[in-house]
Amino acid sequence: MTRKVAITGVGVVSPLGVGARSLIDRWTAGESGIVDGLAPATEFEPTDHLTRREARRSDRFTQFAAVAAQEAIDAAGWGEEMPYDPNEVGCVIGTGIGGISTIEEQHTLLQQNGGEGGVSPLCVPQMMANAAAGQLAIRHGLKGECYGTVSACAAGAQAVGAGLRMVQHGDADACVVGGTEAAITPLATTAFREMGATSKEGISRPFDRLRDGFVMGEGSGVLVLEEVSAAEARGASILGYMTGYGATADAHHLTAPDPDGDGASRAIERALADAGREPGEIDYVNAHGTSTPLNDRSETEALKRVLGERAGSVPISSLKSSIGHLLGAAGAVEAVATVLALGDGVAPPTLNYSEPDEGLDLDYVPNKSRTLERNGRPLVGISNSFGFGGHNVVLCMEGGP
Amino acid sequence: MPETVTKEQIQTRVIDALVEFGEEREDVSLEAKFEDLDVDSLDLVELAQIVEDEYGVELSDSDMDKLETVGDVVDLIAGRA
Repeated sequence: MTRKVAITGVGVVSPLGVGARSLIDRWTAGESGIVDGLAPATEFEPTDHLTRREARRSDRFTQFAAVAAQEAIDAAGWGEEMPYDPNEVGCVIGTGIGGISTIEEQHTLLQQNGGEGGVSPLCVPQMMANAAAGQLAIRHGLKGECYGTVSACAAGAQAVGAGLRMVQHGDADACVVGGTEAAITPLATTAFREMGATSKEGISRPFDRLRDGFVMGEGSGVLVLEEVSAAEARGASILGYMTGYGATADAHHLTAPDPDGDGASRAIERALADAGREPGEIDYVNAHGTSTPLNDRSETEALKRVLGERAGSVPISSLKSSIGHLLGAAGAVEAVATVLALGDGVAPPTLNYSEPDEGLDLDYVPNKSRTLERNGRPLVGISNSFGFGGHNVVLCMEGGP
Repeated sequence: MPETVTKEQIQTRVIDALVEFGEEREDVSLEAKFEDLDVDSLDLVELAQIVEDEYGVELSDSDMDKLETVGDVVDLIAGRA
């Protein structure tokens, strides 16, 4: 018997501003955070939220996580004193590449110094991919299990899953989970472009016939997970429930998903089984929906496998159509968006959708958001994240009471 | 490497560095103690790098263990520059 887990706070830094409500309200309204083929977090100013000292010691990916986590923890009402024994509070923060801008800058300094010296003593603590997890634990006194997950575009979702397991299993009473990425750098953007992964047109149009790759975004999403009876006992306001985590590997290719969607569909099934739900109970799918020719097709296949005849009648939409692909942060930012959408009773839109592709014939909530029918019970949603390397992670969530 | 560097110049440089690391200028007096200022081991390693690059003075780990105030650092550098 595993314990049930509530979501009591969420926080986001994204191309749609600083704040979780900023993200969901603006996405639902059909706003895009993509400008000139990139989706930077332009409204984020580190010293608005962090001291000079904190900002200086943190790569941008850690800055994002610190700000998102502060919002989530404040929203959870943890305040001055955490409502749990800090030894029983964990922290798992995923990222794709960690402190890449630090690596690039410091490498340049090293080269300018003839390959010896010139590198800052802060280089290691800033670039290490676990810096976000460690900094959050330091900032908030989280003394339970703490680490970073690394699974490319699934890292953020995998961190949420890791934290869920921790609380379900009783290894922690609460866990701060999320993902973060700040990889809009010369090396990373060029690298993705050279492999043909990003859209030449700079347009994110998931599931559309003319899709030609993803648009790079940056930011962080953080959620506070608490064991349900403890959350209720302390009078926490519950945003929703994290009910299931399913994860598999394609064992297929470093960058291409298995076209059959087998690994992805198994991850969906495992997440549903963990949540004690049937495919027929899914009210909304938050897709991985990268706008790549390959993902959007294989993801559609996977959804058809699981949803069967119902596949055409479940709303499926992609946040990446609005804010681009946040890589290691995506799974966590999308989990936040999903639980808020379920709570609001809305399926937000897949933007830039104009031409259906052959075989991609599901309901992708094109261009305009839609109300979700509640039918007298909390809404059930899944959020998919599929990473380079074949990492499939699916989270199952329910809207708040 | 500078020909002659004055103690005042060293003092200014050390204070500027600590301010850059995040301290408030008005807090960084010669008498100020590192532990009161929240200056930690990483700050001292950064400071040591600056001091070595700009004054050619090496601060060893055991040197740094003995430093308690801003004035201690300035004195140590001035003694070796």
